Amino acid sequence: MLSAESLAQIDKELAKYPPDQKQSAVMGALRIAQNEMGWLSRDSIEFVAHYLAMPAIAAYEVATFYNMYDLAPVGRNKVTLCTNLPCQLQGADKIAEHLQGRLGIGFGETTADGRYTLKEGECMGACGHGPLCLHNNHEMHDHLTPESVDKLLDEMK
Amino acid sequence: MSLNTPDTQVCLWTLRHSEPASLATYTANGGYEALKKILAEKTPAEDIIAQVKTSALRGRGGAGFPTGLKWSFMPRNFPGDKYVVCNTDEGEPGTFKDRDILRFNPHQLIEGMVIAGYTLGAVAGYNYIHGEIFEQYQSWERALEEARAAGFLGKNILGSGWDFDLHAHHGYGAYVCGEETALLESIEGKKGQPRFKPPFPASYGLYGKPTTINNTETLASIPWILRHGGQAFLELGKPNNGGSKIFSISGHVNKPGNYEIPLGTPFADLLEMAGGVRAGHTLKAVIPGGSSAPVLPADVMMACTLDFDSISKAGSMLGSGAVIVMDDSVCMVKALQRLSYFYFEESCGQCTPCREGTGWLYRIVHRIEQGQGRPEDLDELLRIGKNIGGNTICALGEAAVGPVASFVKHFRKEFEYHIKHKKCLV
Repeated sequence: MLSAESLAQIDKELAKYPPDQKQSAVMGALRIAQNEMGWLSRDSIEFVAHYLAMPAIAAYEVATFYNMYDLAPVGRNKVTLCTNLPCQLQGADKIAEHLQGRLGIGFGETTADGRYTLKEGECMGACGHGPLCLHNNHEMHDHLTPESVDKLLDEMK
Repeated sequence: MSLNTPDTQVCLWTLRHSEPASLATYTANGGYEALKKILAEKTPAEDIIAQVKTSALRGRGGAGFPTGLKWSFMPRNFPGDKYVVCNTDEGEPGTFKDRDILRFNPHQLIEGMVIAGYTLGAVAGYNYIHGEIFEQYQSWERALEEARAAGFLGKNILGSGWDFDLHAHHGYGAYVCGEETALLESIEGKKGQPRFKPPFPASYGLYGKPTTINNTETLASIPWILRHGGQAFLELGKPNNGGSKIFSISGHVNKPGNYEIPLGTPFADLLEMAGGVRAGHTLKAVIPGGSSAPVLPADVMMACTLDFDSISKAGSMLGSGAVIVMDDSVCMVKALQRLSYFYFEESCGQCTPCREGTGWLYRIVHRIEQGQGRPEDLDELLRIGKNIGGNTICALGEAAVGPVASFVKHFRKEFEYHIKHKKCLV
């Protein structure tokens, strides 16, 4: 189900933990699976569980507990904006309005063409550089302004 | 001692160099010397712990627990594996210091963790890195590769015959994993739900083995302490509050950012370094130690020095050193609403008082903000808070109550105005 490249990445995660503690690699493995598949279907979660020799329900518990896993399809570009207090004080409300206006969707929604999904996020641990967003979970963009947001959105294919 | 001079920087001194994160910069400035000396001289673990105790280093993650004392809890002669864990799950709103240690001085953290591993007799260490900072997770893994290639990690470290390895574990979005036992559950590949204590991690930690968990800044301070001596570290700060500390200042200041300054520095000095509050505005309130710390009104905060004891005397806590500054434009009801939503969203759901209580707190603050508050709501908030505190496994519930109780205490008039007039006072 997953590519050889993804499996090699999962094996690298596995090597970090004692041989009898394969389950420790589940968070990394789910991240790698989501990266390849775009989101985590029940099949993907079960595949990961099987690969790590753990019960599927235990992998499902992890996938539903941590909020960066997507359990339903998302747009090609997921933009998660932090709206927590420090970012809010530094202008995140204005960025939230701008993002929603420009894309014509609210938080938790995906544009009709499947290009963007907008999400509201919690503290990303970079408050001094706010307002901030994450692109597809892994790329942080800081000091957002309406202009820089426009440029960013244009660059996301 | 002048502020923020190179001499007083323990963790972020590499920023004075053109390539702060490189192994070459670190080793050219005394990096890994402490480790080399320890391994060459086979320094007894007790001597290292004694230096850490002398330094009065207190945990930089929020609790302020004395590090030397924590280290002394680890069983010496345990027959099986032991672990060292670093907590870089930095998700407390306002806190962004550990990310900068990973960005700008990754090797000092590695050296600190290796020394901790040696001192505590661990076989391996894990650094749990906050989900949202994937770029730093990757860069720290690259730093581990460099350290391994240079012989500072892995088998037979520096020819000493001693093996120890480190790995990064990446979180994926759960504030509660900053709680040390939730973090251990998460490394074990489970939901991050805190464990009952006791047993404490020093006796039953990762995989049920003795484990010591320290914050990133705490572990990164260890090489400095051993190079310069515990006494020198203590003298950077003040008694019982050793060292410099990174303060992350955010909100309504002109220059938000990290400032590594001696503990005991007046808050007014930090505010000035951060460029003061925005032009045309005055300081209204400060949350001095991350979102869980009780808010303090401007006049109280301006009289404080930045150390564990002073902030605690003023009725709040130094926490992680995350200073959130609010000027006179802030509606305190709206600010509290956002924080209450955060705790509601992040409660792991394990304990009823927290799972239900954080929702009640948020919904009541929300309805006040929306102009639908009732006169009895403020007392109701405090009553709910009392029923959460002390009735849960971990501190997340109490952390949700801290802001509510303090916002209502210090800014009650604003809440009453909102309820009566259905709009903001500011």
